[in-house]
Parts: sequence; C-alpha cells; structure tokens
Amino acid sequence: MRLEIRLAGFGGQGIIRAGLMLAMASCIYEGKNAVQTQSYGPESRGGACKSEVVISDEDIDYPKVVEPDILVVLSQEAYNAYVETVKKGGLLLLDPGMVPLRESKNVGVRVFMIPAAKIAEQLGKTIVANVVMLGALVSITKIIGIEAFRKSLLSNIPKGTEKLNLAALRKGYEYGKKLLEEADTSLNIA
Amino acid sequence: MTKKQLEMKHPYERFLRKERMPHIWCEGCGNGIILNCFARALDELDIDLNNVVVVSGIGCIGRISGYVNADSFHTTHGRPIAFATGAKLAKPELKVVVISGDGDLFAIGGNHFIHAARRNVDIKVICANNFVYGMTGGQYGPTTPLEAWTTTTPYGNIEQAFNLVHLAAASGAVYVARWTALHVRRLTESIKKALQKEGFSFVEVISQCPEIYGRHNKMKTAISMMKWFKEASEVRNFSDPAKADISPSRIIVGEFVDVEKPSYGRLLREMKAKLQTE
Amino acid sequence: METKNKAMLSGQHFMNGDVACAEGAIAVGCRFFAGYPITPATEIAERMARRLPQVSGVYIQMEDELASIAAVLGASNAGTKAMTATSGPGFSLMMENIGLAVMTETPCVIVDIMRGGPSTGQPTMPGQQDVMQARWGSHGDYEIIALTPSSVQEMFDLTIEAFNLSETYRVPTFLLADEIIGHMWERVNIPSAKSIKVVNRKKPVTPPSEYGPFKPDEDLVPPMACFGEGYRFHATGLTHDEYGRPKTDSAEVQQDLVQRLCEKIRRNSDKIVKVDRVLLEDAEVAVVAYGIASRAALSAVRKARAQGIKAGLLRLVTVWPFPDKQVEEVAQKVKALVVPEMNYGQIVREVRRVAKETPVIFLSKLGEEPHKPLEILDALGEFRK
Repeated sequence: MRLEIRLAGFGGQGIIRAGLMLAMASCIYEGKNAVQTQSYGPESRGGACKSEVVISDEDIDYPKVVEPDILVVLSQEAYNAYVETVKKGGLLLLDPGMVPLRESKNVGVRVFMIPAAKIAEQLGKTIVANVVMLGALVSITKIIGIEAFRKSLLSNIPKGTEKLNLAALRKGYEYGKKLLEEADTSLNIA
Repeated sequence: MTKKQLEMKHPYERFLRKERMPHIWCEGCGNGIILNCFARALDELDIDLNNVVVVSGIGCIGRISGYVNADSFHTTHGRPIAFATGAKLAKPELKVVVISGDGDLFAIGGNHFIHAARRNVDIKVICANNFVYGMTGGQYGPTTPLEAWTTTTPYGNIEQAFNLVHLAAASGAVYVARWTALHVRRLTESIKKALQKEGFSFVEVISQCPEIYGRHNKMKTAISMMKWFKEASEVRNFSDPAKADISPSRIIVGEFVDVEKPSYGRLLREMKAKLQTE
Repeated sequence: METKNKAMLSGQHFMNGDVACAEGAIAVGCRFFAGYPITPATEIAERMARRLPQVSGVYIQMEDELASIAAVLGASNAGTKAMTATSGPGFSLMMENIGLAVMTETPCVIVDIMRGGPSTGQPTMPGQQDVMQARWGSHGDYEIIALTPSSVQEMFDLTIEAFNLSETYRVPTFLLADEIIGHMWERVNIPSAKSIKVVNRKKPVTPPSEYGPFKPDEDLVPPMACFGEGYRFHATGLTHDEYGRPKTDSAEVQQDLVQRLCEKIRRNSDKIVKVDRVLLEDAEVAVVAYGIASRAALSAVRKARAQGIKAGLLRLVTVWPFPDKQVEEVAQKVKALVVPEMNYGQIVREVRRVAKETPVIFLSKLGEEPHKPLEILDALGEFRK
C-alpha cells in the first residue's frame, strides 16, 4: 500500500525537516520503505517550499508524490497551489492562522485545522510549529506510531532542544486526538 | 677533443633528463639559466631528487618539467599552482616546485597564485618573467611594460603591468624575491631559501627573451638585454614591494619578504591530530 | 549519526544522495576532495569537509572549479584517491582538465549533480542535461566512463564503482546524478568494510630505469607510478610517447596514443557496462531510462503490466561507454522503445543510433518535476493489444 504525503509552506518553517522526520520514522524505526524528496527555490528563508514523503510496504519506484493522501499546508500560497491535488477521501491538515482564505471545490477531503503556530508560540518558540503539526498528523492519521516518530524527532533536532520539541510533539498529538474525537464537527469540506 | 674531455661529466648532469636534449629554447634565452640555478640550488642543499616534484604550465619555460630529472608534471595553461596544491597536500613530504611563466601564472592562472599565497600552501613558485607570450609568437601579457611593442600592441602597450613581488607580498607569500637572469648567484641563493622555507615562497626571475621580446624593443640580442639588466638593476633588499618598479631605467631587485607563518599543511595536520585525540 | 574517526559507517541509515555519495567515496578509500560550492552538490562538499579530516584525509575548498579539478589531479598523481563534486556551470569549467586527466591517464572521480541548464539555468531544479557534455565536453577524441545512479543506495554503491573503474582503467569517471537523487532521502545499507570491493591502480613492476609511465600492459592500461616513489616520471598534456616524452610532430605517436586512450575503454566495455533488465523477457515495448527518469519508468512499466501491456524496462546504470549491445538486443525484440529524459533529447540519440529500424519515442521533460509515471504509461498504452 503506497501512501503519499505532501507538506508545503515557505522556507524557514522546517517543512523539509518535517518530511524527513516522517520518512525516517517510517523507514528506520518502523521498517517500512520511505522516500523523502523536496523542492525549494533559491531563497534560504521565505520562498515557496515543498517536501514530499512516500511510504510503502513494498519497494518504492516513483519517489515523488502524484496525488497526496495527506496534504499539510502552512501557508496561504501552499494552500492555493495544492488544495485541489488531494486524493478523494484524503486528508488536509492546515494551520488556520497561516491560511486565512479557505475556499476550495475539492469535496470529499477531510479537513483538520491545527493552530500550530499559535500552540508553538505558547510553548515559547514558533520554530517548533512544524513539530506541533506533525504531532497532530501522527495522532489523526496514525500512519506512524508515536514512539517511532519520537525517536525520529530526537535524532533530527539539535542537542539541548529535546524538551521543547517533545513538548511540541505532545501538544500537537493531543490537539489532533481531541479533533479526532470531535470528528463529526471537523468533517468539513475543504 | 681528448678522451678525458669526452668522459667529463657536467656536474649537474644528474639533474637533467639527457635524452630530452636538445631543449626547445632559443639561443640566448634566460630559461637555461633558471634551470641551471635551480639544479645548483638542489645540489647545494643536497635534496633527494626522489622527493622533488616539478610542476609547470604552458609556455616556453613550461617545458622545464620535462627536462628536470625528478617527478614532473606539465599541466594545462594556468593550472600548475592548483595542481601542485593537490600534490603537496596529498603527500606533504614532497618538495613541490612550480616553475612557469608570467602569462601562465599571472594572466590565465592569476587567481590560483593569489589564493595559494593567501592559504600559504607550502609550495615554491619560480616565475620566469620575460614580459611576453613567447611560445605563441610574442603577444603582450600581464607584465609587459607600458609602451612596449609586441605583436598585439603594434602601437605600443597601453596596459599597466603587474608588479609581481608586490602582488605576491600582498597576497600573503612568506618569502618573496626578484632577480634577473644575470644575478645567478643571488638567484640560486633565493631558490635555496625558498626550498627550505615553510610556506608559499615566490621567486621572480626577470628573464631575457631576445628572439621574441627583445627584437621588438630595440634589444635584439641576449647580450643587449642582459646589458639592460646590468645597468638598470638596483638591489634594494627588504624595500617596499609596492615600489619595486621595472622600467627601462630601473629594475628593483632583491629579497622583499621573509616572514614566518604556519603553512596550510601544518594547520591541517594540527587540526587532524586534534580530531584524533579528542 | 556518530561518525567519529570511522571510515565505514556499516549499518542501516537514512540519508540523502549527496551524503551517500560522500560516504561511498570514503568507504572505497578516497582521501582527497577539492571543490567549489555549487547547488545542488554542496552537501557532498560539506560532508567531505566534516568526514575527511576524521579519517586522515584532506578537504580543500579551492578558488574555483578550474582549480578544484587541477588539485584533484595533483593529489591523484601523488598517490591518493581523489574526487570533486559539482553541477553544470562548474562542470563546464572543469572540461579542460578533464582532458588532461584523460591524456595523462590520471584516475579521478567527478560527481555532477545535474541541475537545469544551459548557463546558470535552474540551480535548485533537476536535469539530465549534462550527459552529452560528460562524453564530449573536453576537446579531442577520448573515452570516459559515466554512471547514472537512480537511488540513494546507488549513490553509495556507484561512487565506489566509479572509483574502482577509474583506478582500473586510469580514466576520469563520472557519477552523473540529478538534483532529485542528490537531495532525496532514502534508506542506505552500508556493508562491512571487508565486503566492499576496493580496486587500486596497478603499480609498476619494472625498475625505474625501464619504466615507461605510458607503456601499456595487454589490457592497454599502463601501470602507474606516483610522485615520490622513485620513478621520476614525467607526464604532459602534450601528445607523448610511452615514456612521457612530448611528440608534437609525430603522426604515428598521435595515432597510437589517441587510439589506445579510446580502445582501453572500448575494448573493455563488456566489463565496464552495467544495465538493469526489468520484465524484458517477453516485452513487446520497452522503456530505456536512467537516473530519476528510470524511477517513473519502472512505475509505468508495472502499471502497464497490470493493464495487460507487455512492457519492460532497460535501466542504464552505465551511460558511457554507451551500452550498444544491451540496447540493440532489446531493440531487436520489441515493437518500440520509449526514452524519457529530463532534457531536450540526449541519450535518445544514442538509442536511435543503436535501435536502427525500431521506432523510438522520446519523452522530454524540463523543469521542476520529473516525468510522471502516467506520462510514460500513456506512451506505452499505444501498444495495448
């Protein structure tokens, strides 16, 4: 079973690292096959940025995402560019604070709104918004076990930031869990 | 010729690949003097030829690597310093000497010169400066004096020339000297110093090219060019390299820089040793 | 990942293609890297800068790519396995000294992580636009070897292979990857040190007085002495005889030398060339692809089979010397060949040359995204029964 995930936003949000942590969790800590690819512009900060992950029990031929099962967007621009690409029955995770204008004809996609930047801000560092988002993704989609993800997270962050990152993961995970429990209300159409 | 004379060996024969003789250089050319002084320096320092690598670029003097009886490499135009950098860093016990011309080292290869000097790579650079591209028939180059005539300055040169000792000093060379092909003893001494010095060392040799440069500039013979060297040369040891002029009336020669600074290779070894013990 | 002072990071890793390439180089014994930063190959340089000093190697950042390749040749002639890594613009600058490496038979590995060209083009986007440049970029007649990895594991494996081929044949060997493969993260299994095949250049057995640095053995490859080993050899970019003596006016020496430089690769091409054959046994249509395009091709072939189309894939692991025989063999069996490339038509010219009467459909792709499997499947769909 092939699963495609696209994460998009702008440079500096940790989009590429986020995709990497997902792929690594799946590949190294859960023994599946996973590939992460990326595309980015010449800017280190602020340009459009996209990270793609393919996870499969079988060998992965094509490493890029064609029609994402899961789309995570952290900017209005990314939302506008990719909202229509999500597979029917797929999931859309977005930060409502970063994507204020949400109008799409893509029906049949379940939408989860996670105020990742806001939660990260409450933790004291907005840079962990990506980890908050991934925590929510893990609890909502269950594509990766929380333990595997935790290990992947720890091997991808600088020393001394473990506490902050783990807190971000927990907050995001719990927020996602709560959303899922209230699933009826979150079953919006994108 | 007596039998004894036939059996006589030139004292520097062992430094040359005899089967490559005769060389391609014109009669009266200064390159032979440079080769001679280089051989004498190696001899006087008793350096093991098996540890010497001579690297040259393109141009008349570039052929010198083929004549020296050591490991030697005749690279592409402009790149001997970069090649030598790789050889020296890969095998630090080698003595790596670049011998090349003004066009090779300072026009097409100028960037490598300033950066090797800046890094203080432990290589020795001897430049035969004859003010002209000899091998291609006499076009002007980066050291051609103002107003000189060459095949591509038919109305006189309007470009300013590089002052090589100033360039070398400013770029960070730890040893810098300039002599003419007339100053054979002092030139040999400077080559010896360069060979013994740790770090990027530079010796410029003002070399006569009567055939290609001289004849366009009213000095048709080697003698007339060397007369100019003799009359114009002024030894000004450790004077300001910026003022080391070369003009029809004055050629400032001497040693200009002799300082101590850790070479790139030494810093690299220290870094690696630190990594191993950490 | 704990790397300290370890030459081999044996075990399972999740790494990107550029890093896997650096690790492959270190595993096979490369101890010298000279380079100049350029997207998307920079990660190779960064990895080498960190790793080489740990294993007593040398990393040096040169002033440009002209210097980088020259330093690599210097290091290799001093007896050290050496490499550089670059992308299109830097690759262009290296061309003259690649010719010197060919002429002086200096082993070296040049990695080109291809981006969109011509000129500065698209620095952060993938391309397969330098494959012809790798073959023909320097002046004169010559042969080189070029490998095209299509996975991160192959970035590791084929870097090792590139060094081994370069050392065996004393020829510059290229690893031609693209931005996607270079930056892609995948699982890499690094084997134990003893299970890696390491080939070193053959050394002279004759005494220095009889040694000819360009005097070939029967395989047309001369044994190689290095600086400081007492052979006192001379090498030059000029046409030279077996003893390294310049022979700029001998037609015979020029004929013999150029012929040998080409033939040492051509005659050994059966040993050099590697391809990967997938579902070709009964194939009626085949895709010929390499690098990133071969990943979409594999997906397309599988999808085609699921639809009852007898499709197969010939994946080129070696593009130079071109696998004439292998492509011809497939071409003779199928109704058509499909060649997807991230360029405007390069390897397809070779495929057409070899395929003769068999029709060849070319699928060009330029810019950010590689071919999609469905685009290749569309071309295969015409052969549905």
